[in-house]
Parts: sequence; structure tokens; C-alpha cells
Amino acid sequence: MIPQPAPVSPFLGKLSLDALPLHEPIVVATFCGVALGGIGLVAALTYFKLWGYLWKNWFTSVDHKKIGIMYMILGLVMFLRGFADAIMMRGQQAMAFGGNEGYLNAHHFDQVFTAHGVIMIFFVAMPFVTGLMNYVVPLQIGARDVSFPFLNNFSFWMTTAGAVLVMASLFVGEFAQTGWLAYPPLSNIAYSPWVGVDYYIWALQIAGVGTLLSGVNLIATIVKMRAPGMTMMRMPIFTWTSLCTNILIVAAFPVLTAVMTMLTMDRYLGFNFFTNDFGGSPMMYVNLIWIWGHPEVYILILPLFGVFSEVTSTFSGKRLFGYSSMVYATLVITILSYLVWLHHFFTMGSGASVNSFFGITTMVISIPTGAKLFNWLFTMYRGRIRFELPMMWTVAFMLTFTIGGMTGVLLAVPPADFVLHNSLFLIAHFHNVIIGGVLFGIFAAINFWWPKAFGFKLNEFWGKVSFWLWVPGFWFAFMPLYILGLMGVTRRMRVFDDPSLQPFFIVAAFGALMIAGGIGAMLVQFAVSIWKREELKDVTGDPWNGRTLEWSTSSPPPEYNFAFTPIVHDIDAWEDMKRCGVERPTEGFRPIHMPKGTGTGIILAGLSVALGFAMIWYIWWLAAVSFAGILGYAIFHTFNYKRDYHIPVETVEATEAERTRQLAAAGA
Amino acid sequence: MTATAEMPKNLSQPELQAAFYDLNEHDHPEGGSTMLGFWMYLMSDCLIFAMLFAAYGVLGGSFAAGPGPKDLFDLPLVALNTAMLLFSSITYGFAMLAMEKNSKGATQLWLLVTAVFGGAFLFIELYEFSHLIHEGATPMRSGFLTAFFSLVGTHGLHVTFGLIWLFTLVVQIGKKGLIPANKRRLMCLSLFWHFLDVIWIGVFTFVYLMGML
Repeated sequence: MIPQPAPVSPFLGKLSLDALPLHEPIVVATFCGVALGGIGLVAALTYFKLWGYLWKNWFTSVDHKKIGIMYMILGLVMFLRGFADAIMMRGQQAMAFGGNEGYLNAHHFDQVFTAHGVIMIFFVAMPFVTGLMNYVVPLQIGARDVSFPFLNNFSFWMTTAGAVLVMASLFVGEFAQTGWLAYPPLSNIAYSPWVGVDYYIWALQIAGVGTLLSGVNLIATIVKMRAPGMTMMRMPIFTWTSLCTNILIVAAFPVLTAVMTMLTMDRYLGFNFFTNDFGGSPMMYVNLIWIWGHPEVYILILPLFGVFSEVTSTFSGKRLFGYSSMVYATLVITILSYLVWLHHFFTMGSGASVNSFFGITTMVISIPTGAKLFNWLFTMYRGRIRFELPMMWTVAFMLTFTIGGMTGVLLAVPPADFVLHNSLFLIAHFHNVIIGGVLFGIFAAINFWWPKAFGFKLNEFWGKVSFWLWVPGFWFAFMPLYILGLMGVTRRMRVFDDPSLQPFFIVAAFGALMIAGGIGAMLVQFAVSIWKREELKDVTGDPWNGRTLEWSTSSPPPEYNFAFTPIVHDIDAWEDMKRCGVERPTEGFRPIHMPKGTGTGIILAGLSVALGFAMIWYIWWLAAVSFAGILGYAIFHTFNYKRDYHIPVETVEATEAERTRQLAAAGA
Repeated sequence: MTATAEMPKNLSQPELQAAFYDLNEHDHPEGGSTMLGFWMYLMSDCLIFAMLFAAYGVLGGSFAAGPGPKDLFDLPLVALNTAMLLFSSITYGFAMLAMEKNSKGATQLWLLVTAVFGGAFLFIELYEFSHLIHEGATPMRSGFLTAFFSLVGTHGLHVTFGLIWLFTLVVQIGKKGLIPANKRRLMCLSLFWHFLDVIWIGVFTFVYLMGML
């Protein structure tokens, strides 16, 4: 099944024709599909002569809005891949009973559940969240770009480089079979001798560089580039939660980098960080990775808490209830998220005192989270609620996430955790909060800010179809797992003996199919909306009667975001401007100072893919060449001092005159 | 904690616009966020070292029946090494003073002196490592040696990277002079260099001195 480790050739390393998974018909068929689609895409782009446009206006752009959109596209593409893994697992587990082996062999199944987790967290949730923050935060704080525009482009491409490596593992070699956190000793070279874990390590390391730098970038942006008058306590809640998320990123991702490097040293050079013998400590890995891993789940959910706050307030037509308490709840969660990591392995045997400490800190997190929920409810209370799509997703979130939160508190009780550890109850719990919180939040955000990004709303009918397939589909897919988990079924099982369990897995598979329908409807929603964009057009720039500054400019915003930087007097700055009746200035424009695009980001990321691939396959010469290339090109880039330009005043005048004309035509 | 500032009523439209828009905005000076951003990067780097220190704390006593600190460390040599790094920090300080006086040549000269001390530090460290490996005390030998080589070696890699950066800056100052962009870069490298000093003080105390107790 697994090709025997061949001798490492000086030219190709471990790479040989055996590395192509030709014996896996599913993979071969997938490859054919991807290859055909890829060739079609490349051909279309060439035929319509779009390469130059893409390179100049998108790939090398340092505009935070375009980078944000590219992050969202990356997240969406990887989401389809991650979901394909999910539905394969549901299918396998629904049929593999009573001697039926299902259709996935163990080697393949183990890769599927590992890839599903890795992709969904690192290459779906993270790009979605980063993309949202990138797009929205500068607009909300009245800025024209982020603090370090080039770094932003570089971060995006490094994240993409990691995704490229994960996707390559599907067709060249294998992916890890260790579960998404790759615990040693299983992930060590003795038990995972081929390239799967190396793909995992290098994909995460390269993407991690991007995540860390984008964290630094957004903190600096929020701290340094807010519009005049926007004190910390006047920042929109989404900006607040983004700030806290990025603080978490900067304080957590270095831990991941360090622990991945340690695993690399163990695997490549025979070090003894996590080995069973020679004084290594596998449990140290579990501690270290969860010191990153627990903050990570708050990195994912906090920005969406911000989204729900913006949506609830906008669609209730009221200012947010308890702004200050929302800010402090966010800060408390930020701090507490570092004090709970051990609850992921109560069963390690740290003793009653340690387990009690971490059990209690975990339960304490539910207090600020509960405060947030009540704030949203009180915002809705006596509000004039409009049940548009973003609001529907928000209500679905409140109902779903609360259940997930409660099962989380249940798991935080160490004696209960000893029974439920590693069971499907845990799987149901974290999908309950990640789907019900992060994903529903992303859907709310996409429906909310799409008109800002593209100038037309999303089709409501297909959005509702998607919603009504997704939400019940989620419950069908995961309620059976709660029950199975309580009955003692563990996670990551490929085949089952007890036929009485099968009906639950069939219901779960049905739920997954409903979700597939929901995803399909969402893609149709995008397509229909783009097709009928003239009917759905919004020229006001403020289709929802919004409250924060991003709604004060046109949709899509001009490259420079704001012709004049707004001055802030209130939390809901744009609502304040509308209430005071201030009209948009139409003369006296000035040239605007902006950063220049550069290809350095994509070039460095491309070299990083080569470096990662070379390290995975032990192709040392290529690793040396690409590393030298990265270093050399980075130094070369620092010799370029001309990184900015001015948008001439005529361009600004023309853009703003066009907006004046459109607003007049719309009668606004 | 109310964040609302009431606008006076009955303002004319031009007055409103002046209150809500920055109508006379000027270009913002470049690089205003650089020091903050670089500081945050340094703190994230500090966390990587924190993890390596933590790993040393966990594995530092796992000798696996192999040699321990007292069998291996040569304290006078490490003291000499520490002196090299501390001198390099002082000379970097002189480079910054020269930069403040806009003296291009002196800045470059002090940077090169810093590089000499930094290079000496690396040379002594490599000598120590090769000596240890020669005696069979390789990082593969035990958890303690794994953690030791990783912590000290990561610091050494940082110094190496700092030296590459330093030479790049010497060339850039030569080409462009002490323009604001180059001054910013010198400030960043200065933070980086002193940061490595602080880490080394931790290594020297925690690994070498306490190991010899």
C-alpha cells in the first residue's frame, strides 16, 4: 500500500514515479477532474487575455480590498476541498458495517480525516477570517490601506503557498495520517516514515509566516491608522474583535512555528524533543501545540462575534446594546484563552488540582461569552428587526452556538471529559461551535459586505435556499454524533462492528448531503447574483442603512477608500453623519498618496513552495537553491526605495464626479 | 465611558463638512508604523525563544545516561563569547550615535566593528559546538543536548541573520546615505541586535551558569 521508502537519490530525493497514487482510483479520478478544470481555466484566461490584468491588478496589488477578496476566494476554494473530505468520511462511516469495508482503505481514510481538519482550520477558516479583517478593518477605521501594504500582499501569497503544498500532497505522495495536530510519537519518523507529515509541517510553516505577518500588520493598522476622533472606545466592535484576534495571532502563532520546527528537527536530524527514548517527551508536544491551539479557536471566533455585533445592530436599527461590556468581554476572552489549553488533554493525568484549575478557567470563559449573547439579544429587543440574510444567519448562530457552548461547558468538567474524551461527542461539540459560530458568521459577513465589495446585493431567494438547507442540515449531521459519542463511539473510526450504530451514521450522512445542497445553493446564489447584477445594483454605497464608516463611501470603494478622511465623533460614525445631515464634499480634492504594487510577494511565495517541496522530498540541491533565492530576492527588494505614488487630483475628481452623478441618478 | 460627543445644532453645511471631513489633509510621513510593527515582530520572536527555553526547562535534566552540563561546558570560553556579544552591542550603540550626528562614514565603520565582534561570537560558538560534537555530545544523544543545541543554535542563527542584514545596510547607507528610510532600518536592526543580547543573557544565566551550579 505505502511505497517502501526508496533510497534517496541526490537529484530527485525521495521522489519517483511510485509517488503518484495511481493505485487509488478516487485520487486518479479527482486528479483528472482537477487537471481538466485547471487546463480549462488556464485556457480561458489565456483566450480572454486576462493574465496581464490579473497580474497587474490583482496578484501584485497591495490594495487591502483586493487582497481581502483574494483571501475569500482562497477560503472558498479550499472549503470545497475540505467539504469533499467531509462527505467522503460521512459516506464511508455510513456504509462500513457488518464486514463491509466501505470504499476507503485505511491509508486513504486516515489522510482524509487529517486533511479535512488541517484544511478547514488553516486554509478555510483562517483565510476567511483574515480576508474579512483585511477588507473591512481599514474601511471601518477610515484608513486608505493597512500599515504595511507590501507585507499584506506577501502574507496572502504565503498562505496560498501553504495551500498549494497541501493540495499537491493529494496528487504527489501522500498527506499525514496522524490527525490534524500530528501528535508524536505517531508523527515521528519511526511511525510516519514517508512524506505525509513533512507536507503537513511545511504547509503550516509557510502559511504560518503569512498569518503572523498579517497579524502584526493589522495590529499596527488599528493602533496607528484610525481616523481622527476615533478613540479606542469609539472603534466599531468588528475592529475591536479584529484587534484582539490579531493580538492572539501574534502571541500564539510563534508557538506553532517553534513546535513545528522541533518536530522537523526530530524527523530530519534525529533530535529527541518528542521521542519516546533518549529523554524526549511526547507530552511536551501536546502541551506546546495546544498553547497555540486553544487561542487559535478564539482567533477564529472573535472576528465573527464582531460581525454578529455589526449585523445585529444594523438590522435592528439600534446602536449596539452594551458597547463597553462587549469590548471588555472580548478582552477577557482574549486573556482567558491562554489559560485553558490543558482542557484538551485532561486524560494526560496531570492530577486533580491541575485539571480543576483548567476546568474552572474553561467554564469561566462562558461568562463573557454569555454576556455577549445577552448584549445581542438586548440589541434586538424592541428593535425594528429586518430579517435579511445576514440577520437570519445571526439568529441561526445564536441558537446553534449556544447549544455548542453548553456542551463545551459539559466537556470542561474533568470527570465528564474522562468519559467523553476523543469521542464523537467532542467532534459534535467543536463542529457545533465552529460551524454554528465561525462558518455561519462568515456567511452572515459575506451577505452583509458583498454589496460593499462589488456594488450589488446577493440574490435573496438562493440565499434563503442555502440557509434552509444549511441550518437543518447541520443539525441532522451532528446531533447523531452527540448521541453516538455519549454511547462511547470514538472519533476517526473507519469501520464498525455494532450494526445498531448504523442508523445514526446514515442520518449524519443525510445531514451532510443537505449541507452539500446548501453549499451548492450558495454557489448558485453567487452565480445568479453576478448574472443579474444590474437588477441587484446598489449605487448608494449604503444598502442596509449601515452605521459604520465603510458604508459612507461608494460600493465598491475607490482605490483610495475615502477622498477626504472622515472625522469621528461617535461609535456609529456613519450613522452620526447621516443624523447630522452632513453632505459629501464635492470639491477641493487633493492628490492622494498611495503605495505601489509589487510582484515581490508572489515571487517569494513561489520560491517558498519550491523550498517546501524540496524539503518534503529531500531534494537538497533544490532546497539550497530556493533558500538562496528567497534570501537574495528579499535583499534585492530592500534596495527598492520608491514604493509609493500620488493619485493625481484629476483622477480623484473624475472618480468622485462619477459618484455624484450616480447618486443624483439614483435620487439619493 | 460614554463615547458620544454631541454636535452643536444648526451648523451650516460647510461647517458640518469641516467637522466631519479632514478637508486639508497632508501626506502622512512614511514609516509611521514601522517601529511598532517591528517591535511586535520582535515580541513574537521572543515567544519562539520562550518555547525553546521551556523545552530546555522540560528536557534539560534528561541526560539519557549521557553527559550533563558539568561534563561539557567550558565556562571561561562562554564568558569570552558573552563578552564578544556585549561589546558588539556597545559598538552598535556607537553606530547609532554616529547616525544621530549624520556621520555616514562613522556609522558604517561602527557597523563593521559590530560585525567583527558578532562574527567572533559566532566563530567561538561554532568552535564550542564542533568540540561538543567531536566528543560525542551531539544533539541526537539526549533530550538535554537536543534542547541545548536548539536553543543556543537558534540564537546563533539569529546572529547570522543579523550579520547579513548589517552588511546589507552598510551597502545601502553607502548608496543612499543616511536618508530617513535607512535610519529607520538602522533603528530596527538596533532593536534586533540588542534583543539578541537580552536573549543571550538569558541563555548564559539559565543554561550555562545554572548548569554549572
